[in-house]
Amino acid sequence: MTTINKPKSAGRRKSGRRHPLSSVALIAIGLLFTGGAYAAFSTSTANAETSATSQQTIGEGKKLFAANCATCHGLAAQGTGSGPSLIGVGAASVDFQVGTGRMPLQMDGPQAQKKAVQFTDEQIATLAAYVSSLAPGPGLPDSNLLDAKGNSAKGAELFRINCAMCHNVAGAGGALTQGKFAPSLDGVTSKHIYEAMVTGPQSMPVFNDMNISPESKRDIITYLKYLENNPSPGGYALGSLGPVSEGLFLWIFGLGAIVALTVWITARSN
Amino acid sequence: MAKDDNSGKDLAAADSSGVGHEGAPAGTAVVVRDAVANPGFPPHRPRVTDLDPSAERRAERTVYTLFYLSIVGSVFAIAAYMAFPIVPEDPGSVRMNNLFIGLGLTLALMAIGIGAVHWGKALMFDHEGIDERHPVRGSDETRTRAVEIFQEAGSESGIGRRTLIRNSLIGALIAFPLPAVVLFRGLGPQDDNPAALLSHTMWKKGTRLALDPTGTPIKASDITLGSAFHVIPEGLQDLEHGRLEEKGKAAVLLMRLKPEDLNELPERKGWSYDGIVAYSKICTHVGCPVALYEQQTHHLLCPCHQSQFDVSNHCEVIFGPAKRPLPQLPIAVDSEGYLIAQSDFTEPVGPSFWERN
Repeated sequence: MTTINKPKSAGRRKSGRRHPLSSVALIAIGLLFTGGAYAAFSTSTANAETSATSQQTIGEGKKLFAANCATCHGLAAQGTGSGPSLIGVGAASVDFQVGTGRMPLQMDGPQAQKKAVQFTDEQIATLAAYVSSLAPGPGLPDSNLLDAKGNSAKGAELFRINCAMCHNVAGAGGALTQGKFAPSLDGVTSKHIYEAMVTGPQSMPVFNDMNISPESKRDIITYLKYLENNPSPGGYALGSLGPVSEGLFLWIFGLGAIVALTVWITARSN
Repeated sequence: MAKDDNSGKDLAAADSSGVGHEGAPAGTAVVVRDAVANPGFPPHRPRVTDLDPSAERRAERTVYTLFYLSIVGSVFAIAAYMAFPIVPEDPGSVRMNNLFIGLGLTLALMAIGIGAVHWGKALMFDHEGIDERHPVRGSDETRTRAVEIFQEAGSESGIGRRTLIRNSLIGALIAFPLPAVVLFRGLGPQDDNPAALLSHTMWKKGTRLALDPTGTPIKASDITLGSAFHVIPEGLQDLEHGRLEEKGKAAVLLMRLKPEDLNELPERKGWSYDGIVAYSKICTHVGCPVALYEQQTHHLLCPCHQSQFDVSNHCEVIFGPAKRPLPQLPIAVDSEGYLIAQSDFTEPVGPSFWERN
């Protein structure tokens, strides 16, 4: 039952984003419902790791992998000089990296960046099934952990202790070393937030279930969704970047207004 | 002080003829012989409001309208306070409350200000005038009189004669700030040497490493490769008082690297456990929490001043203003598999202080 909830909520979010193009949205909803049933099927199999996943799905995933990923990660996902081994990274890692468009990598750089997703949900699910069939690894999160209905106050405390130093206390993101950065968490889906915590993509450390329990991860997601859905009580947040954006605003607009007023006061009336 | 010699007198005609103000005392200005002649004022140019009575009426209307608007703004602010109350359960209500009260008050004050400036610029008397600057030095009789006053005061009060009174007053004035010194000292640590307090943390032999904020002890097996755990000493969360002070010194970041990635100092060989290392989270520069851990480069970044520490290389400073590596907490595993500290930090954590060796 619970696994069916997730694709539904994902569908709602997608259609919301495409709201101005209502016909496209309708088609998308239709496609997502058909794809959703399939995704639900492959999600439950991915959770069960190796045994229940149909051999056919894994085979399709393997083909996709060979065509799109093997150049860097190796034909058997063993890793090469240009990409790490994917043995044991689990379905969660594939779903995060491919589902946010970070993989396939567009170009070399300090870090892989979010871009338009290159695969359909169905293809991502087969890729995930293939990679998780190689060795056990973190599976896709249970949908009841993604409902953002946990304790947001507790989530906020955990977020401040574990996440805020990189991602900023309001989840606005921040700079790391040598061109790397912690991305903004605004608009990131609950599933991807959860998967990032479990798998530790790129520079991010891993936050396994012994460090932050699944319930606590749900609280953290609740906090982030609370921030996303509630206006800042202080008014316009200027990107929540703190003194940089606020200072810049005041220097330009505050001082600008003072200069303009001074010019007006001292100008001769005609 | 300021004496307005020419108040209300129109000087434009006199000055534009180049007469200058030779009659006025020179003050502190250096008078040079080949001084450039005072060009005087440009010819006075009347404003529209001086020439056109309808423009004058319009300006008048603008000014009083602005003042009435200010009243509207004040009333609006009061109404907004009542119409948009702050509901304790709803942080969004603070936003509306602040926004509308702020708009009302802005209107109230801005309208007064703009109205007053517009009044002054468009309607008030606008002929140019000169106020001469007075010499800084007083006249001789003023100076003599001032000295006399001081002497009179000295002899009348007897401050030179009654030395006991004078000295006790000086003593009283010196003693008066002393309570402040004692009161401020009371804000610091009471019975301990501050240097000793800074040199030791809550960690001691056998203290279990616990998760921040719950205080759950951590097993070595819980820490997967690439993990970063934010750690406090077990028991810290149960402290009745001084919890934040202790946390400020004892906070630790626990990371697991591949053992072959770790380059350990020979004397610290036994301080890690299977690639698990624990370092103080307090920056050695000015004490910010250093916790921006990049699990692939094994670099730790301090968000305050961008000091970087290389975890794989005993947290050596690789960039930024920090001078010392982060202190390492020697760890081991107890019989139940929990991570424990082998001892306290072997050096004081955090930034430098005078007594630090």
